[in-house]
Amino acid sequence: MAHLVLDDVTLRYGDREVLRDVQLELTEPRIGIVGGNGSGKSSLARLLNGLVLPTRGRVLVEGLDTARDGPAVRRQVGFVFTDPDAQIVMPTVAEDVGFSLRRSGLSRSERDARVAAALERVGLASHADHPAHLLSGGQKQLLALTAVLVTDPAVLVCDEPTTLLDARNARRVATLLAGLPQQVIMVTHHLEQLESFDRILVIEDGGVVADGPPGQALAAYRALVGTP
Amino acid sequence: MSEPGRVAGGVAETPLTRASGATGVHRARPGVKLAMLAAGATVLFTVRTPWVVGGAAAITLGLAALARIPARELARQARPALLFAGGAGALQAWSAGPLAGVTVAGSLVVAVVAASIVTLTTGSQEMLDAIVGAARPLRRLGVDPERVALTLTLAVTSIPVVARLAGEVRQARMARGAERSVRALAVPLVIRTVRHADRLGEALRARGADDD
Repeated sequence: MAHLVLDDVTLRYGDREVLRDVQLELTEPRIGIVGGNGSGKSSLARLLNGLVLPTRGRVLVEGLDTARDGPAVRRQVGFVFTDPDAQIVMPTVAEDVGFSLRRSGLSRSERDARVAAALERVGLASHADHPAHLLSGGQKQLLALTAVLVTDPAVLVCDEPTTLLDARNARRVATLLAGLPQQVIMVTHHLEQLESFDRILVIEDGGVVADGPPGQALAAYRALVGTP
Repeated sequence: MSEPGRVAGGVAETPLTRASGATGVHRARPGVKLAMLAAGATVLFTVRTPWVVGGAAAITLGLAALARIPARELARQARPALLFAGGAGALQAWSAGPLAGVTVAGSLVVAVVAASIVTLTTGSQEMLDAIVGAARPLRRLGVDPERVALTLTLAVTSIPVVARLAGEVRQARMARGAERSVRALAVPLVIRTVRHADRLGEALRARGADDD
């Protein structure tokens, strides 16, 4: 598994402090991040791909600093957003997945073969030439995932990938994520998806208030938000 | 909002026309198609006579027939431009006469339909490659050809997204009993479009599109 380090990280948006003095080492295959709205959990996820840079401190992915080596970090860390519509760039399903490989240096035929294999793996092969924006919500999120996975990143960071999906599609995406060989770091409000994870971080007011195996960390989170 | 082409399973009814296309128009080099489109639009908007618009319309429809694009699909592509073309035509008719109005509206619709034929018969990757090739000389001026190509492609692919957002805002406006309010349509649509652009930019950065 990859080795990610947040070294004394503080993040501010203007005057607002979103994360404060976060010190973490992330090496487990499955890591969940939970927290209330505005707690800083999505910002924490964005730090891992270099989408946002720390105001103070460093974020390291396999020794690469996100502030200095952004492109190299993004080649190792794929990112999946909540809203798949905002991730679709090209008109058709296959073209959107192919877009991820444009700068890979592969030949056109190699790219096409990798796209076809990736779509086959997630069950979207028969939709390869369909307009991407007319897929269902669940299929769009699978497409967004495929577009990231086709580049074979070492780490996959997902920011609430099932929040906009119905129960069946949420389960489909969760099952796909569970079977991936990659290290997966997932922000979610669907706590049941985290029960088999190796480690859970609970974020509150810009800090890590609980960190441990699911049983212990989720109990702490439930106590924090007042749910049974 | 009901989306055209959607079926119960959530998959579009038919693939994009270009996917099943095997006509000469589909096979023509993307660079040639884009150059013809640019030349045609230039003539259309500089020599504004009814004869030119009529001739351009005939050529465009002929190409659509050659490419076996159904009339219904062409109408669907032209629909978003009709409101703008109608407004521009009405303004022109008011200031320069009805013939000028029809000419302006007609030239806009023909240009949009011609552009649709290019996008419907050309794969996005081929389109990107063609634009990158055409923009390569601009590299000396510090322009990134990949970025130019991506910007133009995004402009095209954002059309269905903005159309969907407009449909959702229209429904929300109806639900709140403000069907006639232009403000209740324009303000949320602009906000949601800007928000979408913001998210799209972030997703592009995450996918390394901004990395050299």
